[in-house]
Amino acid sequence: MNIAENYIGATTPSSPKTAYMLRLADNALILGQRLSEMCGHAPEMELDLALTNISLDLIGQAKLLFEHILTLEDLAPNADVLALTRPQDQYTNLLLVAQPNVDFAHIVLRQYLFSTMQKIQYEALLGSSDKTLAAIAEKSLKEIAYHIRFAKSWVLRLGDGTPESSERMADALDCLWRFTGEMFERDNIIEQAEVSGLSTDFTSSYEDWQMEVKDGLAEAGGLVAPEVGQMIMGGHKGQHDEHLGHILSDMQFMQLRHPGLQW
Amino acid sequence: MTKNWHLYEVFIRSKNGLAHKHAGSVHAQDAETAVLSARDLYTRRGEASSLWIMKSADIIASDPGEVGELFDPADDKIYRHPTFYTVPDGVKNM
Repeated sequence: MNIAENYIGATTPSSPKTAYMLRLADNALILGQRLSEMCGHAPEMELDLALTNISLDLIGQAKLLFEHILTLEDLAPNADVLALTRPQDQYTNLLLVAQPNVDFAHIVLRQYLFSTMQKIQYEALLGSSDKTLAAIAEKSLKEIAYHIRFAKSWVLRLGDGTPESSERMADALDCLWRFTGEMFERDNIIEQAEVSGLSTDFTSSYEDWQMEVKDGLAEAGGLVAPEVGQMIMGGHKGQHDEHLGHILSDMQFMQLRHPGLQW
Repeated sequence: MTKNWHLYEVFIRSKNGLAHKHAGSVHAQDAETAVLSARDLYTRRGEASSLWIMKSADIIASDPGEVGELFDPADDKIYRHPTFYTVPDGVKNM
């Protein structure tokens, strides 16, 4: 029996506008959930707090976005149902944000790659025709600036550190770089978001982003992004790898077991 | 805790015009991470408008064995306390 079937209360967005915002919300939610796994497991207490702070920032961003989406389209009775009860193929987050916490190098590199993109993506929302979305972006950008500062400083430190730390950074880069093309992928939803004035075009900044990040990596002990024949994509269409399923089984358990559960 | 981590003391100023107060300590590898860690540990609830960080090793402390000669002579000089003034109602940070 599919336990979820009885409780699923969320429907898929019918407008490109809410579909686009759902992507932003899902990215923040899934990366926030992924980082929350580090609570009590980071290498030092200070880093434990740092990672869970970033996690809470992201979940806060997701909450604002989910709640705003619900004022525009009646997808679910409340933000919890929308965030926590959809089947896997209705999550439209990037594959990158669901990648596992293999080691600290993976965690900080994933954050660096994502947050530097998220900064560009949210800056494109500052003049949005949707004033609430613009305000959410403005608030989030302060948090994102800090996430970049934290992640970048660790990428530099580990990349330019001991033989072991730089080897781990290189491994993480080999593993994660193939997911970065998806962050700037163009499709119907993003084109319509641009046409409607919801967002300006941020995907045209792909090359600028690559240059900025590659400079950062070069500074980190000469890390070089691997040549990737084919970037791995699919998240925007709900085609995820096995990692998202493990996140969802943790994240959705309480809401599915006790529908309507309130804190 | 590896040998590369140092202990830093954290001082927080809650708002402009007040003094920085000692809040606690953090472990970090260098000044930059000390600032980041202090921000994460001690300013989560809007406590700060400014942070000062210093290496704990740089603190010069008074000798606990000299408590008597350093501080006891101040105990019986009540005339040094500003308790003979009335503070006007509007004054907040004295």
